[in-house]
Amino acid sequence: MAENLINPENLVYKKTDVLTDRIMHYCPGCGHGTAHRILAEVIDEMGIQNETIGVAPVGCSVLAYYYFNVDMQEAAHGRAPAVATGIKRVFPEKFVFTYQGDGDLAAIGTAETIHACNRGENILVVFVNNGIYGMTGGQMAPTTLVGMKSSTSPFGRDTKTMGAPLKITELIAQLPGTYFVTRQSVHKPGNVRKAKKAIRKAMEYQKLNKGTCFVEIVANCPSNWKMTPVQSNKWMEENMFPFYPLGDIKVPEEK
Amino acid sequence: MAKRGDVVIDIEKCKGCEVCISACPQEVLALAPQVNNKGYHYAIKVNSDCTGCANCAIVCPDAVITVYREK
Amino acid sequence: MKELRLMKGNEALAEAAIRVGADAYFGYPITPQSEVIEYLMANRPEDRTGMVVLQAESEIAAINMVYGAAGCGKKAITTSSSPGISLKQEGLSYIAGAELPCVVANVVRGGPGLGTIQPSQSDYFQSVKGGGHGDYKLIVLAPNSVQEIVDYTKLAFELAFKYRNPVMIQSDGIIGQMMEKVELFEQMPRVEPDYEWATIGRKEGKPATFVTSLQLKAEEQEKVNLRLQAKYREIEKNEVLYEEYDCKDAEYLLAAFGSCARITRKAMELARKKGYKVGLLRPQTLYPFPVDAFNKIAYQVKGILTVEMNAGQMVEDVRLAVNGKTKVEHFGRFGGMIPNPDEILNALEQKIIGG
Ligand SMILES: Cc1ncc(C[n+]2csc(CCOP(=O)(O)OP(=O)(O)O)c2C)c(N)n1
Ligand code: SF4
Ligand code: SF4
Ligand code: SF4
Ligand SMILES: [Mg+2]
Repeated sequence: MAENLINPENLVYKKTDVLTDRIMHYCPGCGHGTAHRILAEVIDEMGIQNETIGVAPVGCSVLAYYYFNVDMQEAAHGRAPAVATGIKRVFPEKFVFTYQGDGDLAAIGTAETIHACNRGENILVVFVNNGIYGMTGGQMAPTTLVGMKSSTSPFGRDTKTMGAPLKITELIAQLPGTYFVTRQSVHKPGNVRKAKKAIRKAMEYQKLNKGTCFVEIVANCPSNWKMTPVQSNKWMEENMFPFYPLGDIKVPEEK
Repeated sequence: MAKRGDVVIDIEKCKGCEVCISACPQEVLALAPQVNNKGYHYAIKVNSDCTGCANCAIVCPDAVITVYREK
Repeated sequence: MKELRLMKGNEALAEAAIRVGADAYFGYPITPQSEVIEYLMANRPEDRTGMVVLQAESEIAAINMVYGAAGCGKKAITTSSSPGISLKQEGLSYIAGAELPCVVANVVRGGPGLGTIQPSQSDYFQSVKGGGHGDYKLIVLAPNSVQEIVDYTKLAFELAFKYRNPVMIQSDGIIGQMMEKVELFEQMPRVEPDYEWATIGRKEGKPATFVTSLQLKAEEQEKVNLRLQAKYREIEKNEVLYEEYDCKDAEYLLAAFGSCARITRKAMELARKKGYKVGLLRPQTLYPFPVDAFNKIAYQVKGILTVEMNAGQMVEDVRLAVNGKTKVEHFGRFGGMIPNPDEILNALEQKIIGG
């Protein structure tokens, strides 16, 4: 048997202290947890824990302030970008982020999202797109795929009466106020690493006052998709990614 | 030869989602037949082939896994 | 240095906000209060004091920007008029629930709906009874002059921070648009917040701070409500403001607030000329309401007439206050109409003196 490797000098990975020790209330395998963790790791690695103010949405991640060990405010449903604007305008030197689901960001908060991005507020928007209203029990979201079943589209989303899924990230990328817009996922190690790099980049740009950075994370909702976590990740690859392709959508021109 | 590694699993925080299991290239992990205090089957090591690649920890939504690797 | 100026109510409010050391104004244009943001934009408070002024995409966004800034312990203010104030109710409920300090001014216009841009007092219920969801209260100040607009802007911030509660300044198109001489207070400094409840960046070695109005457990939410109610009782004990005119020997009482109290005072003078012993009680705080003052005078007078630019709103609070001790009637013009002193006197004779 190998000698004991478990000692501090061999440590390669442990939970960041920017996450609290509270057990997250998310369902098993839910992407929210991983999305939280990489954002917290970036804050840790940049040494900006005490200069960061986050805004939690209404959605499954409404209690995000229990898990991030940074100062946070809980916004009304959809209003996180306005709340973040208020924070950033009075504290321009702080790092400000919103963390929002697709219902929060792309339905009830569409106006706040578009206008914060259009003004180029120097904030990071983390957009967790699971194509569903997770918190309220699986109703149709603006991002729900065509034909996808939800509790309010029990026969599948019908574009004739329900409209087509909204690619808000592509829309956001059109706005002059956004500097860096990308779509990532956190279901596999390689994807997690890429998503984390994107968040890191976004925070670095915020330091340089470049404008709004927008990181979409296409995520699973195993509970409301009614699948196991591992199945849900596979379903996401096969169904979500073709419509919401991963990769950068707007990148700054490197000079 | 690959470096040797090891993982420590905080079993009370584990929710048994199996995402780590499918991410491990060495097939080191599996779910325990037992459950933790929350009633979840938790992840355990089933062999000593771990290379300390940290893939499991990186995909774990609940930050359950700590990874070590020989220097 | 103190300074005398001839100013419109709305402009005076904007100037007072700069001078009180406000950190941020967020607003959306609507008649009859757009002069507030126009004055601010033209006066470059960012150069004078570093105050931020931003035109938001809606009243909803504006009040939520206020939430964000207030959550950082900063002095934040927004202004609007009735339809816009309706949109702010969500934010106000959240601000009250999260116990943040802020100032909101409503330059009331006639409703319901898009209504009219003419002055009105028909938002009394909305301001005083909590227009948004949940058991909460705004402190509501009702200025009746441009001078009071200035004074109450300062007072509003003091009260907002003293109680960590939103404060509403409720005026209307008359006060907002009227030009009067005002004495402005000296420029006060903006202060760097250091409150333990505010998100100003985590302090090393301490747990992070969060601002929220959410409590998932009923027992916890009840505790929040009990704390809020205790705070409201304190406010009711300490912060009531009202003025009495000729009440000493009064046999009849007129009650009115804001712009309407100015007209009602004229009516009172007409009544006195006619030989009626009439007084006027003018609540300056609509919440907390001068319950004791009305209760006391109820023993003395034969009847009370409230005069309001609405269909009868404050009258309900006067009735609650006097609790049947004397007759209480209402006279109102509404939908943007302003009562004149003669018709008020007439109503007093019909409903109270003769009735
Ligand atoms: C004004 C308002 N309307 C509706 C709700 C109910 N509600 C809570 S969360 C939610 C949807 C959340 O979905 P999403 O933003 O996609 O987040 P997820 O839970 O999927 O992460 C809704 C409709 C609310 N809290 N407030
Ligand atoms: S309901 Fe869906 S989004 Fe919400 S925690 Fe559960 S899996 Fe995650
Ligand atoms: S990914 Fe984490 S929570 Fe899920 S089974 Fe593995 S260790 Fe447990
Ligand atoms: S560190 Fe790598 S090899 Fe070891 S258990 Fe985790 S995924 Fe498997
Ligand atoms: Mg969602």
